[in-house]
Amino acid sequence: MASDATIAHAAPVIAPRATPPTTLQKMARRRSTIAFLLTLPLLAVIGGLVAWPAAYAIYLSTLNRRMTAFIGLENYAILLENDTFRMVIWQSCFFAITAVILKALIGFWLAHMLHHIPSKGQRVWRGMLLVPWVIPPALSTLGWWWMFEPSYSSINWLLAIFSVPPVPWLGEMWWARISVIIVNVWYGAPFFMIMYLAALKSVPDQLYEAADIDGATGWQRLRYVTLPMMRNIISITVLFSLIVTFANYDIVRVLTNGGPRDLTHVFASYAFQVGVLSGNIPRGAAVSLFMFPLLAVIAFFVLRGINERTKEIGA
Amino acid sequence: MAQVTLRRLVKEYEGGVQAVKGIDLEIADHEFVVLVGPSGCGKSTTLRMIAGLEDITGGEISIGGTVVNDIPPRDRDIAMVFQNYALYPHMTVFDNMAFGLTLRKFRKDEIQRRVMEAARILDITQLLDRKPKALSGGQRQRVAMGRAIVRDPKVFLFDEPLSNLDAKLRVQMRTEIKKVHQTVRTTTVYVTHDQVEAMTLADRVVVMNGGIIEQVGPPQELYHRPATRFVAGFIGSPAMNFIPARIEPASGALNLRLPGDILLPIPAERSDRYRAQGGREVLFGIRPEHLTETRQGRATYADLEVVPEVIEPMGMETLVHFHMDGTRDLCARLDPTIPAAPGQPLRLTADLANMHLLDPQSGRVL
Ligand SMILES: Nc1ncnc2c1ncn2[C@@H]1O[C@H](COP(=O)(O)OP(=O)(O)O)[C@@H](O)[C@H]1O
Ligand SMILES: [Mg+2]
Repeated sequence: MASDATIAHAAPVIAPRATPPTTLQKMARRRSTIAFLLTLPLLAVIGGLVAWPAAYAIYLSTLNRRMTAFIGLENYAILLENDTFRMVIWQSCFFAITAVILKALIGFWLAHMLHHIPSKGQRVWRGMLLVPWVIPPALSTLGWWWMFEPSYSSINWLLAIFSVPPVPWLGEMWWARISVIIVNVWYGAPFFMIMYLAALKSVPDQLYEAADIDGATGWQRLRYVTLPMMRNIISITVLFSLIVTFANYDIVRVLTNGGPRDLTHVFASYAFQVGVLSGNIPRGAAVSLFMFPLLAVIAFFVLRGINERTKEIGA
Repeated sequence: MAQVTLRRLVKEYEGGVQAVKGIDLEIADHEFVVLVGPSGCGKSTTLRMIAGLEDITGGEISIGGTVVNDIPPRDRDIAMVFQNYALYPHMTVFDNMAFGLTLRKFRKDEIQRRVMEAARILDITQLLDRKPKALSGGQRQRVAMGRAIVRDPKVFLFDEPLSNLDAKLRVQMRTEIKKVHQTVRTTTVYVTHDQVEAMTLADRVVVMNGGIIEQVGPPQELYHRPATRFVAGFIGSPAMNFIPARIEPASGALNLRLPGDILLPIPAERSDRYRAQGGREVLFGIRPEHLTETRQGRATYADLEVVPEVIEPMGMETLVHFHMDGTRDLCARLDPTIPAAPGQPLRLTADLANMHLLDPQSGRVL
């Protein structure tokens, strides 16, 4: 776009002076030097908060339980042999994929509804629908726990009114898994909604008018105009959410604490369980590092697709 | 193909803006009609009501004899070309053009045939695999027209399709549109604010102003016999001069007294028409092309002397700007060989056979 060109032709930063420049001044005048200096704080933050902990985690994962000896990839090998950990891999994938799909669908549906109500009421509804996303998840999950909890479950009480037998929300494997997903979807769908709403607003009305005249029904407008125009934003939000959901910790920790019988653990909560609660920090680090290659592969393909489409349609 | 009829058509937007105030219009089969008028006069609103993109507040629209008020755009069998093209950015040129046919479940080979045919007419065959982003403005415009042509609809609707193009391309595409219409002969309603576009393209021009129709007629008729001051001033470039004047009877004939004690004899063949208006204040309207260097040879020629203020040599002609008491800028068109200089008195000839006299209050041409 045009803005790139403007940046490239920006005026020199430092005005010429009468005195001959010192070496320092000469260096400062070089654009790349200045650019480097300006990004230094960011580099420091990334280095301190991302690179260093990551490197340290990798180092930790190669130690034995008492952190006295280097044991190479042993921790990883042991984990892969472990039935519980295999279940954690499966459950993490199931949890993340199901939750992200539901969040995307519900978020899209909500965005679509919002988009079609007049702008005045829209603000109110948008605000209310964003609430789940604004409340700290640990707190709201606690609220959900109360609603699920067998002795006081308000949901079961409501179901009882319609003569539905009580549901063991947190006590049985599938119900517990579903509960965790419900809470995650409740918490995450507003993010999708707000992103999709912005994307919907950015589709020019004239495209819909052209489609109307071309003979499209409401469903065909969605299929052939809205969705293709939103593909990039859908890819990005799904990727982003997949990463966050994969690494989700608080909801599982508060709602089920991994139970029943470790059947609802995901990577992060299991890493905490193994590393902190059971005191095997190197193995906990190994658990959390398992996510990384998985996400890297997904991110690579999604971002490549986005790049290609951006070049094509200039969106 | 079909005729289009508007009956007492009204559009009122939310908030009470009456954009179209009850217009009547008959558009014949195969006809190319241009709606022209200043910005905000309701042209687009009228076109969008024909397309079905705006609800109709009052009145009736029929296409091909069927009232379409309550028929959605997709069932009206119309095609529209938008000002900013509205091409689908994620589809290739071929898919953009084929989209309407695909939705209407045409057979693959029929779609292929029609798209190739339209692409040939518009000379965009080599662009069919590209995405709109990779096209120039003129090429996008062609694709937008192609999308309309392949459908072979009853009516083409154009909303200022050339406004986003540079001047040279606009002239070229104008010719192109006319050629396409001569080939496919589809009934066309074309909206523009540019009177030159209107004059060059139209079989009939509809001049709109403030939500009403001022006059409908073939380009030549609007030029030679405007019905109102608005039409007289809007059609033609540079615009018609308006000079306050008085009709004065003088021994069986009529004279026109202009500011600065200029007396022009009203031609005999017009005298009868204005006889009853003797002594009346009027507006004398004359186009720059009928106000030229001094000439002889016709009874309707009358001379007057002016003092030029600005001279604009255009090459094939020279525009001379001057003014009289109580007028704004006036303009005359001179042969470029005539010497003229600012401040030097200059004799001009007005061809009174082409003058117009208007009622200053109502704006009607007398
Ligand atoms: N969606 C709308 N809501 C309210 N007023 C509108 C809307 N669209 C157009 N108008 C008003 O209607 C009048 C005619 O508009 P339009 O038909 O677009 O004019 P044109 O195409 O001749 O420039 C204008 O005064 C404009 O402000
Ligand atoms: Mg308009």
